[in-house]
Amino acid sequence: MREIQAQQITDVVEKLCIEANYYLPKDVQEGICACRKCEDWDIAKGVLDQIIENYEIAERESVPICQDTGMACVFLEIGQDVHIVGGDLREAVDEGVRRGYTNGYLRKSVVADPVRRGNTGDNTPAMLYTEIVPGDQIKVTVGPKGFGSENMSAIRMFKPSAGLQGIKDFILETVETAGPNPCPPMVIGVGIGGTFDKAALLAKKALMRPVDSENPDPFYADLEKEMLEKVNQLGIGPQGFGGKTTAIGLNIETLPTHIAGMPCAININCHVTRHKTEVL
Amino acid sequence: MEKHITLPLTEELAKSLKAGDTVYLTGTIYTSRDAGHKRMCEALARGEELPFNPQDATIYYVGPTPAKPGQVIGSAGPTTSGRMDAYAPTMMSVGARGMIGKGARLPEVVDAMKKYNGVYFGAIGGAGALLAKCIKKCELIAFEDLGAEALRELYVEEMPLVVIIDSEGNNLYEDGKAAYLKQIGK
Repeated sequence: MREIQAQQITDVVEKLCIEANYYLPKDVQEGICACRKCEDWDIAKGVLDQIIENYEIAERESVPICQDTGMACVFLEIGQDVHIVGGDLREAVDEGVRRGYTNGYLRKSVVADPVRRGNTGDNTPAMLYTEIVPGDQIKVTVGPKGFGSENMSAIRMFKPSAGLQGIKDFILETVETAGPNPCPPMVIGVGIGGTFDKAALLAKKALMRPVDSENPDPFYADLEKEMLEKVNQLGIGPQGFGGKTTAIGLNIETLPTHIAGMPCAININCHVTRHKTEVL
Repeated sequence: MEKHITLPLTEELAKSLKAGDTVYLTGTIYTSRDAGHKRMCEALARGEELPFNPQDATIYYVGPTPAKPGQVIGSAGPTTSGRMDAYAPTMMSVGARGMIGKGARLPEVVDAMKKYNGVYFGAIGGAGALLAKCIKKCELIAFEDLGAEALRELYVEEMPLVVIIDSEGNNLYEDGKAAYLKQIGK
């Protein structure tokens, strides 16, 4: 049994909240630059240039890339041979978020109650996901999630007879409806299978995967490529002003599901797709 | 067309701007989002005055990050404008003409823009660090308790914007996409 102090988790969550909000991951940067090279529509080129200039300023000056520094989605993969000591795990994560959002000059965007509202003042609680895995380490991933794009996400419980075509149509329909609202170019996370809740989680996890990665199953890797190409034929373009670059990447994650169903969730993210990981 | 304009956004200036124009905007603007708009519209309903003079004013839909020491303001890009659709016609009815944000607007907002000669400008969503560079002054003027959503008076220089919807109701989101699709033969 390896012991890990709760304090270490707090420290790493604080650091990852700040770094994720200041420094855009290299895969996303490279994805945007690749789109800029292929873009041939004038207004779209100008928008992409400003987007590139923006993340460069953020990186150089250590400031938030976007003012919506998001809800702190924290994913912990906890090795089964780890014993967390010296404090409560939930509180350790929230304390890391509290410190990160305060010390990093990040915006506090969380309300205490969905209906009655009221800002919590420190961006807690984190949206915490824990998974027990083999080993004696803890893998911590922080993915701050903005709500301009979160609000354009969708989930549907398909009949199995809807088949692959149903999924394809749903992806295009969701992106078309989102239009300019989620700050395109977007990153699209698709979760297929599992249960209602698992499909949504798969879609969120798909957004944590590098945009230049592909699903290990060639069937879904091909589907990712095909749907990214189709999305980029919708004409929405950067910021919705028209153009080729509607999405930088599209990742699909799947799980087995029930004989009677085919859940599909689509989680939309913007060009500021942030995630940062560290292993304790 | 590329235009460099100075506020206030008079009726004449508003009418000269067309959907698709790139605009570099200089002058005083006001920040407000959902909670601030709700309060302002409630104040107007009670017959009270707004914390600023709305005549020919421009409102930026933004909730900035806190300023680091030495900064005028933190990152300050636009939020999704659609959430202010419920309030925008009321704001235009008392003279506020310009709106800066991102994302689609409802037909009733476009109708009010045609009636009052309003202009809807788009700033690049997600470009908060870049847009903060144009903000030279920032002063909190009301609703301090709302934190990031408080009402602020900003002085901006050469703020890069695009006219999304003009005072005649032309819409870049529709026209830009249609023009691109036509060009690629779809």
